[in-house]
Parts: sequence; C-alpha cells; structure tokens
Amino acid sequence: MNDVALVAHQLRYDLLVNWRNPQSRFFTIVLPVIFLVLLTSLFGNHYTRVDGSLIKNSTFYVPGISTLGVVAVSFVNLVITIVALRESGVLKRRRSTPVPAWVLIASRALTAVILSIVVVFVLIAIGRVLYGVHIPSGTLPAFVLGVFVGAACFCCLSFAVASFIRNEDSAQPIIQAIVLPLYFISGVFVPKAQLSSTLRDIASVFPISHLDNIFFKAFNPATRGVGIAGHDLLILAIWGLGGLLVALWRFSWSPLAAD
Amino acid sequence: MPASDAVIEVSGLRMSYDGLEAVRGVDLRVRHGEIFTFLGPNGAGKTTTVEILEGHRKRTAGEVRVLGVDPAHADRRWRARVGVVLQSSRVEQDLTVRECLELYAGYYPSPRPVEEVIKLVGLKNKSESRGKQLSGGQQRRMDVALALIGDPEVVFLDEPTTGFDPSARRAAWEMIDGLRELGKTIFLTTHYMDEAEALADWIAVLNAGVIVAEGTPSTLGGRDRDPYEISFTLPEGVTIDELPVPRASVRELDRSRRVVIETRQVMATLHSLSGWAIDRTFEVPDLQVHRPTLEDIYLTLTEPPK
Repeated sequence: MNDVALVAHQLRYDLLVNWRNPQSRFFTIVLPVIFLVLLTSLFGNHYTRVDGSLIKNSTFYVPGISTLGVVAVSFVNLVITIVALRESGVLKRRRSTPVPAWVLIASRALTAVILSIVVVFVLIAIGRVLYGVHIPSGTLPAFVLGVFVGAACFCCLSFAVASFIRNEDSAQPIIQAIVLPLYFISGVFVPKAQLSSTLRDIASVFPISHLDNIFFKAFNPATRGVGIAGHDLLILAIWGLGGLLVALWRFSWSPLAAD
Repeated sequence: MPASDAVIEVSGLRMSYDGLEAVRGVDLRVRHGEIFTFLGPNGAGKTTTVEILEGHRKRTAGEVRVLGVDPAHADRRWRARVGVVLQSSRVEQDLTVRECLELYAGYYPSPRPVEEVIKLVGLKNKSESRGKQLSGGQQRRMDVALALIGDPEVVFLDEPTTGFDPSARRAAWEMIDGLRELGKTIFLTTHYMDEAEALADWIAVLNAGVIVAEGTPSTLGGRDRDPYEISFTLPEGVTIDELPVPRASVRELDRSRRVVIETRQVMATLHSLSGWAIDRTFEVPDLQVHRPTLEDIYLTLTEPPK
C-alpha cells in the first residue's frame, strides 16, 4: 500500500471509531444541534440588531454554533482523543509499527475536516428547514474556506495542547475550561456588539472569535461581494502555525503519566 | 556459532535518568529462533532495556544491534520485521478484533492473514467483539495478535502474562511456544520463575541494572552443580547416627523428626538408603528428592546487597 492509500486506510478506521464512540458522537454532532435549537427557542427567532444590521436570531446562531461545531470537532474532541490514545499506549504501539507518523496525523486532520463539514452541513440544514435561514450563495466559498482553515488551525492547536495534559481524566475539564469562556466572549452565544470592548479585545487575541467572524461575515445579509475575511484567516493561520511548532517540539508517543 | 546467528547483540549498554543509572553495562546475545528470557525483579531495568531494543528509548552508552540495525535509527523496514507487545497498552476500544487487525495489517508490507492470526491467539469466537468487550486475558491476546500481524522475525513480549489467572497463563505459554515453532525469535521479560522454566531456551537475570547470571533453565546460577536434597521422616526408634550416610550431610528439621540429606550422588545415596530401609523393613512414605528450584537460584541471585 502506498502512503496516500495508507492515509485513506487509516482515515476509514478513524471515522469509524469516531462514529462508534458515544462521547465523541455527542460532543461533535448532538451538542451543537442542541445548542442551535435551544438558543433559537429560548430567545425566539426575532429580528435583532447585530453589527449594525437587522437580522434574525437564527441567522446569527447558525454561523455562531457552526464555530462551536468546528471547535468541538477539531479541538475539544481531538485533544481528548489524542490524550486518550497516548496515555493508553495506543500511540506507542503504533510507533512500533512501520506506519509513518505523518500518515497518522494526516488522517486525524482529515477526520477533523470531514466531521467539521458534516456538523456545519447539519447546522445549516436545520437552520434552513426549521428557521428559514438564508444560505448565502455568493459567500459560500468563503464559508467553506473558513471551515478548512479553522479545522486545520484547531487541529494543530490540539496536538500542541494535548502535549501539556498528563492524564486522560483531566483532558475533558481542562479543555472545556478553555473553550467555554471563549465561546461566550467570541460571539458564539452572544452577539459581540452586546459585549464590553474589554471582553471583545480579550476575545480577539484567541482564534475562536476570528473563526466566528469568518462565518458570521458569510451569513450576514449586509455582506457584499465574496465575503472573505482575510485578516481573520491570517490570524487563524498564525495560531495554527504556532500550534504546529509547539506540537513538533513537545509531541510524545509514550504515555506522560508513566514517566 | 557464526556471528550471523545472533538476532540481538548488546554490549556495554548503559542508561541513566537524571544522573541515576538504571542500566549499568549490559551485554546480551540472542540467537535466531530461541526464546530468550529476561528475568529480574521490578525496577531491575528490564523494561528500560527492552524499550531501548524496541527503539522506544535512546540509550546513554553502549552498542545495540537488533536484526543488524541500531534501533535508535530504526526505519520503516526495520519496524516491519519487529513485533512488540508493550507492558501496558490498551487495545482500541471501539474496533472489533477483526477490524483492528485489518487496520494494523495495512501498516505492513506483507502481513499474515487476519483470520490466521485470530486463530493463532485463540480469539476465533471473539473476532466480532469490540476491544472494550474483551476480558483482560483476551485483551492481552489481542496485544500479541497485533504484534504478530506484520509477520515479524523478532517478537518482544514485556511481561505478557502479568495479571493472568493460572489457566490463562497456561494458554498464553502454549501460544508463545507456538511462536517458537513458527521460527520466531522471542525476547520475553517476566518475573515469574515458572514462566521462564516452561518457555526459556536461555535465561539472563538482571538485578540492579547488571546481568548477574545467564544460562539454560537447568544450569542457571550453577543449578546443575548444587547438591540435591533428599528428605523424609525418620521411622520410630531410629536415630540420625544409624543412617547409612555421612553424618555431616544430614540435618534434622526442628522437632519434626524430618531429616534432610544433601548429596551430589543422588542415585548412590538413594540406593544405600533404600537397601538400609528394606533390611530393617522400614517404610519412608514421605520421601522426597528435591532439586534446587529456579526460584531458589533466582532469589539468591537477586538478593539485595547487605
């Protein structure tokens, strides 16, 4: 089997495992859907003013929860998976086989991209069917680009963050403690216009807020043209690159808890 | 023995962690097709040594060759020839036995057929069970199956039966014995004497980072030269002095009237004892001939320094 075929081989099993694991199924698909339906029901599907334009709540929540979905798939779930595979000795066992490291990592990254596309597709479909959210055809390529860049960025960050978590049990709480506050100040649950400028400034340091900007810009009816958020994409790329460097520096095949 | 016969060659291996030397100059030679058993108490440096041989750790000093290659510079071709059962590794929880073996088979240039490996490790009726549904013993079989799927020439087994019940251990031994018949070279670490005795062609005992003895199970630590012990209970009314053996070779166990005779000529001593007993119409129903066990030898070898 050549290496490209080997990536496809690995990818098939990574997707299968993800689908079978109830925890990853819940966090990657079920939870974002619950958030979308719950938030839209709680606050009603009225028009609100977001960034100066009047839009429906659901039109705000579809890109917002899409951000949450991409982060859940390619960061929360991935960090937990990497730590579990490493601490249980599965990574070390794979290191004993001839499979190249890049094949395993490429397969993980592709799994994250594919699941991100799936969750975003589900969210957009629910938005369209239940709440009549308009799918912007002109900015759709910008949105898809955001999914790819976002998934890749958070994938790199996952490998970096996982290298600091020493055991399986602490992975879940640590990672939720990182993302939950960021969701609130990054425009995922609450429009950024309703936040203080200090909170917005803090959020703008981190990548979640920029992914949300990319998605919101694509869905905002006021957006003209193709809607590519170059500045936000650049910041995601920088975070991703930083994550990659840290991951390359600190990555371990062996359990950390054993040392 | 020609040099090419050696599958693993180690000389002057040293490994330090934070100034503490865990392995202090180990020399090893493992021949093709044998079960080499690495015996030693916990913390002796067994796993450290094995992990260096497997390519999982970088050594501090010394020469190491496994299949002619330095494991510190292992490439894909080398990894395809080496099978590893780690001391602790969980099997993939959400894949079935068959799926997991198919996944790993894809990593190797010429894997063994999945069905054959499933049969070899005795998981035939579990092939559709997921990893998390397997018992501890079955998971360990799965570990072995994953190490064999690539059809390796050398298999490292790091304490493969720790935590097994007696029948599961017997089954595992049969399986390991079967690997020898397939022509594999096996590097087995264990702290069970009976395991070493049942499987090993050659034993090396590691204690505090150095090899303290090497040999076959029957010659290790001069076991073949140590005296035998013949023991029985003295019949009523007989004293030690009446026995037809040199007085110095006999000792009496406290108050039990049980005597122990140390001898290097087992047959001759037994012969004179039985002649003596028959002449006097004594029965010695609890007669035992005891050879020093591997455990006796091992405990002497690994005694902490006083």
